[in-house]
Amino acid sequence: MITENPVDITSVLMDESAELSVSVTQIVQRLKGTHLHSQLEKQAKECLHKPEIKLETLKDDVRRLLKASGWERKLQNAVYRELHILPPSGHPRAPPEHTKEPLEYMCKAQVNWEKRILKSLNSMCTELGIPLARKRPVPEQKELTNKWNEMGTDEPGNADTNNLTCSRLHLDVLVGLRNPNNERSEDLTVRSHWGLIQVSLNVRDIPQMREMYPELGLTYGQLGIDDHTHVPPDLFESEHIHIGKKVVSEQDSAAAQQYSRQGCPTGLRAQLWSLILNTTNDPEDITHYEQLKARVINHDLLVDNLIYKDVKLTASNDDYYFVFEDYLYQVLLCFSRDTAVLEHFSYNSATPPKSCIQNKSGSEQCAMVYPPNGVIPFHGFSMYVAPLCFLYNEPSTLYRVFREMYIRYLFRLHSVSSHPSGIVSLCLQFERLLQTHLPQLFYHLREIGAQPLRIAFKWIVRAFSGYLSTDQLLLLWDRILGCDSLEIVAVLAAAVFAFRAENLMEVTSLASAEAVLADLSTLKVMPLLQIFLFATSV
Amino acid sequence: MLCVFASHNSQEEMEQEKRTRPAVAMAGFVQQTAGHKGAYSSQRKKEGEGRSCIRYRCGLTNTIQDVLNQRPGWVEVKDDGEWDFNWCDVGWLRENFDHSYMEEHVRISHFRNHYELTRKNLMVKNLKSEYHIFVEEFKRSPGSTWIMKPVARSQGKGIFLFRKLKDIIDWRKDGSRSEEQKDEAQVESYVAQRYIENPYLIAGRKFDLRVYVLVTSYIPLKAWLYRDGFARFSNTRFSLSSIDDQYVHLTNVAVQKTAPDYDPEKGCKWQMQQLRQYLTAKHGFETVQTLFKEIDNIFIRSLISVQKTIINDKHCFELYGYDILLDQDLKPWLIEVNASPSLTASSQEDYELKYGLLEDTLHIVDMEGRLTGKEKRVGGFDLMWNDGPVYTDVGLEALGSSCLVENTLLGCVNDRQKQLQQLLKPFPGQKRT
Repeated sequence: MITENPVDITSVLMDESAELSVSVTQIVQRLKGTHLHSQLEKQAKECLHKPEIKLETLKDDVRRLLKASGWERKLQNAVYRELHILPPSGHPRAPPEHTKEPLEYMCKAQVNWEKRILKSLNSMCTELGIPLARKRPVPEQKELTNKWNEMGTDEPGNADTNNLTCSRLHLDVLVGLRNPNNERSEDLTVRSHWGLIQVSLNVRDIPQMREMYPELGLTYGQLGIDDHTHVPPDLFESEHIHIGKKVVSEQDSAAAQQYSRQGCPTGLRAQLWSLILNTTNDPEDITHYEQLKARVINHDLLVDNLIYKDVKLTASNDDYYFVFEDYLYQVLLCFSRDTAVLEHFSYNSATPPKSCIQNKSGSEQCAMVYPPNGVIPFHGFSMYVAPLCFLYNEPSTLYRVFREMYIRYLFRLHSVSSHPSGIVSLCLQFERLLQTHLPQLFYHLREIGAQPLRIAFKWIVRAFSGYLSTDQLLLLWDRILGCDSLEIVAVLAAAVFAFRAENLMEVTSLASAEAVLADLSTLKVMPLLQIFLFATSV
Repeated sequence: MLCVFASHNSQEEMEQEKRTRPAVAMAGFVQQTAGHKGAYSSQRKKEGEGRSCIRYRCGLTNTIQDVLNQRPGWVEVKDDGEWDFNWCDVGWLRENFDHSYMEEHVRISHFRNHYELTRKNLMVKNLKSEYHIFVEEFKRSPGSTWIMKPVARSQGKGIFLFRKLKDIIDWRKDGSRSEEQKDEAQVESYVAQRYIENPYLIAGRKFDLRVYVLVTSYIPLKAWLYRDGFARFSNTRFSLSSIDDQYVHLTNVAVQKTAPDYDPEKGCKWQMQQLRQYLTAKHGFETVQTLFKEIDNIFIRSLISVQKTIINDKHCFELYGYDILLDQDLKPWLIEVNASPSLTASSQEDYELKYGLLEDTLHIVDMEGRLTGKEKRVGGFDLMWNDGPVYTDVGLEALGSSCLVENTLLGCVNDRQKQLQQLLKPFPGQKRT
């Protein structure tokens, strides 16, 4: 008789409620260690002194008081945040690597990608003769402290541009992905996929997205459309702003996220995003930031050179973001040293790189994560931070908001995974949308050697930062936060091609196609998205 | 001689008692051929009817040349040819204005004595024994920083900061000033201003605003405000400890260009829309509305204060560049008014801004007679003052109450092309696109 391990049967039959209780336990566990927990305890204790509390109904009375003073809402927001970054639940027996990324060929590709980046970093180390990390001598520390607010005036150092990984290499990796279980013939047929991404992932099509994101539809008011100059504000804008103010005063994270689907008013956006991401500016956050700053002052990291180079090449040359150069250094240098970021590797398909420290006797010692946050910057990385500088100018707040955005969404744009918001899925979704709804255009571009993804990739990787005008970009990121997904980026990329289809049909080379799509600064994001999602016939 | 004023409430300081207006010799005028009676004028149409051919003279070689060149039906005349329109520089004006007779339809781009508004010392009460008064004022605010500006120079030349009176004395003895200055028989006038020590900073950088105001008449006062403009950033980070560093404190692009780390590719300007958005995101809609209303007040007060002294002339119009600085409390301060704002473009974006600005200026001057005169908006210009405040037509009912909304939209969306298409009849001989 084959005896199954009873535990196996139980786990196979595990139903949703059990899964839920596992999640609840996880969240409770995580929240126990936070500052919020100690604050709640303190508040609860203080409640005991209140005259309204009766011993018989102690629990309920304390709960009631906490609710009235807004602490329950804070707890709700914290739980909501934890739900966002909960690692995917998997089979209890499955090793963590499998829950992060279930598809093996993706895992392998990610590992290879990481190896290449590390190789590049190591060669940079050798070429320039700089150690991965070194302690700054005291005079240098003093100088950096004095110059903290104007690092942009410094020379960037002698980092070679070639060591900054650029998007073309990244795209090549994605193009090379193959699912070994799925043999495809090389013939181009109507049923085959014409694009560069040759793996099959489950990506949403237009009908599914209409269902998922009805608030983007034609019957809902939108900031970015219905706040246009010729539309009377009474129709939508005034009411929307009024609701926004209410959401902010209620301090409700979930409501803010829902609200954001229709866009955030300029005057409220900073608070709303803070609320959605549940970032606060408590003394402990400021202390944490100061600690990171101290780490920057004390130690110089090799990756700092990558940051300097990236900022100088991208943000400093941007017509609007050049002003924020100093902020970018202040955020990114601290970011590299923030070990709290390592938490996100529990659901990121990537693995933080490790460096081996050799002690004096030459034998290798324990491997340490390098850089401390496990994220190696690449060309364009600073563009993730730049739009936020428009909203926040307190360095610690700016830092917190960026970090939270990174560990929730932005990291998916540069690690190989099968997640619906991962870069592979987004690229595939873009291509599928184009092939389904603009087949003539796609075919034409393919024939002239201008694969659409080659042009759109850089937009998608940066979530359009630096390509759209800032007000339009912020409207797009409103929806990313609101819909809790990066799919909207893929849709916009397809919508841009649809918008310029007429001109694109006339070009005869990749260079001319790129020229048609070189300048997106005049585009209005929301009309394009609405038309593509809700006015395309399916 | 030194004149002094605190850099606020400039409208008081702009009264001027001594005018140096030259005697205008209208009798026995020299034959300057502006609109001179000739072959053309015999075919001359009545005022207000469209003209099919407009002859223009242009003393500058930048964006305005392109705008005039590309305007349908306008032809350039050189040197002594007759002209209907003259975009001149102030030098030409000084030499020729008094000797020219202009027919009714002719337009010229400056008022005869525009310097009442724009020369720095004429914005101030003219005081005797200014230096002693200055010293009094100086002693009253110890430790503050002052900025010294030559009255009649531009582009940031000759400006410096000081904290101690000793610095001025040293400067006067300083041998580094150019030889030609020393040789000049005339004494050069300077203005000393309280330096705004707490400017509003964006990412640690100081900036000032350049805004464009078009005046088509002083009596009655009719002024238009252009929606576009820009914020000019100082290339280096602001700190009072570096008052010797001219590059930090002066934001004029002309000065920035000579700074060692100036990168022309970078540009150091933000469009007004960017700035307005940034400020709204930081301070909220109402605060920024109030700020822009205060900025409007600066324009209006400055124009009203010279209303009686400027020689009004229906042939004249003038496009001013106002420089405004914001302090930390988001209060705007007038730095200066420029009657010849730079029309050279520093980038493609800048070119488009200036092109639109000048094109709309010409639309308002309306040599072709296409406007009714009742318009409140032409392209990117909104009518700001028409012998009284101007309010928008839109939104009165929507707001319910009798709340009036000023007709200025600085830093707001400028969909000028669309508006112009709806507003203007096409040029004679030109099809509507």
